[in-house]
Amino acid sequence: MRLVNGTSRLLGRGQGTVAGGRVALGIDPDLVAALSAHRRVVLISGTNGKTTTTKLASAALVASGLAPHLVTNSTGSNMVAGHVAALAERPFDGLAVLECDEAYLARTAAGTGAEVVALLNLSRDQLDRSSEVRKLVSAWRALLEASSIGVVANADDPLVVAAARGARSVRWVAGGLRWRLDAVGCPLCEGRIAFEEAPSVRWRCESCDLERPAPSVEATGGGDALVVVVDGRRLVGSLRLPGAFNRSNAAFAIAICACLGADLEAAMTGIASVEEVAGRFSTVEIEGVPTELLLAKNPAGWGELLSLVTEGTSPVVLSINARIADGLDPSWLYDVDFEQLAGRPVVVTGERRHDLAVRLHYGEVAHQVVAEPAAAVALAASLGDAPVVFIGNYTAFGDLRRLVR
Amino acid sequence: MSTLRICVVYPDLLGTYGDGGNGLVLQRRAQWRGIEAQLLLAPSTEALPAAELYLLGGGEDGPQVRAARQLLTEGTLASAVGQGATLLAVCAGMQLVGRSFPGSDGSIHQGLGLLELETVRVDAPRAVGEVVVEVTAPSLAARSLPPLTGFENHGGRSRLSPGVEPVGVVRSGVGNGFGGTEGAVGGRVLATYLHGPVLARNPGLADLLLSWALEDDGLASRVLDDAPIEALRAERLG
Repeated sequence: MRLVNGTSRLLGRGQGTVAGGRVALGIDPDLVAALSAHRRVVLISGTNGKTTTTKLASAALVASGLAPHLVTNSTGSNMVAGHVAALAERPFDGLAVLECDEAYLARTAAGTGAEVVALLNLSRDQLDRSSEVRKLVSAWRALLEASSIGVVANADDPLVVAAARGARSVRWVAGGLRWRLDAVGCPLCEGRIAFEEAPSVRWRCESCDLERPAPSVEATGGGDALVVVVDGRRLVGSLRLPGAFNRSNAAFAIAICACLGADLEAAMTGIASVEEVAGRFSTVEIEGVPTELLLAKNPAGWGELLSLVTEGTSPVVLSINARIADGLDPSWLYDVDFEQLAGRPVVVTGERRHDLAVRLHYGEVAHQVVAEPAAAVALAASLGDAPVVFIGNYTAFGDLRRLVR
Repeated sequence: MSTLRICVVYPDLLGTYGDGGNGLVLQRRAQWRGIEAQLLLAPSTEALPAAELYLLGGGEDGPQVRAARQLLTEGTLASAVGQGATLLAVCAGMQLVGRSFPGSDGSIHQGLGLLELETVRVDAPRAVGEVVVEVTAPSLAARSLPPLTGFENHGGRSRLSPGVEPVGVVRSGVGNGFGGTEGAVGGRVLATYLHGPVLARNPGLADLLLSWALEDDGLASRVLDDAPIEALRAERLG
């Protein structure tokens, strides 16, 4: 396994994890079950925040002392190949914290005999592959109603609540939901979901009994401060990852720790230690230009990141691909409010830069188009003050990271 | 003419595939020619507003059934089209302006009947991928539209009744799934399976709809700077 991963890295074919998993699968198809047999397994799934929450939960569990041996697929390889690669690490007992693709959750839960599953959110993503987000709701629901798996779920997302409320044991997290377009129609009946912000955050279906459950885990704070309230207990710490969405991810990580019976004060120190997630949120040098790296894969994720980015004035590079892992249809660019970048220096790149350029053309956002990502960053650096902010979708982000020496 | 009203119908039900972008494209292409254009996003919770140009987009099976039922009950869209309004119907939108379409459980639902076509389930994989269409509809011949490009993502297949014009023939991709045709056109109603959004990728089609809605055949002669779109088209048409 290590040899294969090393070879993949040497060949420059990626970060090594997926190739290793595929080779292992060729040897034994029941490997996931065999490698999980003596482990406590946590699965983390949802459209956005999987990789970050997996990293935060792993750091928190290690810091809590609960997990002398913890394995995780920290690089975002979230299907069976990535799981096998993570689980192949010795020793074969202890904890496994695995990010899991939404569509593979049921079979992965069965294969690993997972103890806890965390469900972050569901919204449109890769429609050419999963086509309908509501089909994921049905698949999750069937899984959870048929098992005694412990569930940590987002109380603010009607699709997640519809999937999880029939589970035997659920810890509800006030996980937030900025993107609501996929949740306005009730996933259980033909009704409409009414959202309310004041006097308190709540939502309910106007036609059936689906409504926001009372959360028992909630994160607040501003800047680097992080306060997580779990079952009425207040934990104070810090978080180095930016944005409200990352505070929600931290709340999920602590909720997972609570499910496993970890020391939560110690877990908060683990959360505070996380500086970047598979390169995301880190500042690197691209051919001498300090560049802040951000990854957004779908309209919900882009909305979160653009709201973060518009607080600044530095030049922005946007990079879009449409490979299988990204979703083949970039029509979703029209669901993203790129208009808020008007007035900023903007450079577009990536394999589908022309689709993005047309989107910005119609959004009346002045921009320049550059084929090569490194050249795009260099041009952006000449248009304003560093660091340059780079936002790419999944494979576009990977392409840029390969330029980091 | 006063302000052109462009109405995106039920973006909360039929906004899954980015087709709302068609509204933005139409609004800008009108405004850039000095025509006042208003973009109305009409959620299904409210009565459909009056407009010269309506847009139906793609959506999931359940919301599609709901949209069809509500549009049938309310009747505003059909009567607007009857009085000459222009309509672009994409994917689920195309299916629901036909006579009938299947729900996710296989039951048959009544469509608006604005185009004589019926959508059926077939024992074939979902049609997903890039599409190129040669425009052949006799009623569009005078416009000499270049090939259309887009992205399709649909399970159902749509059979046109005899005498109904398809928009064109498929050069690559699946399209309607019968006879190599794609889309349908009748009067000022144009239906297609193409996302992209289709009007972002095909400015000629956007201008055609604007000229119908504005009753202005000279519109396209006021040329816009389409350089970014031509670069995209060159790439997509290979």
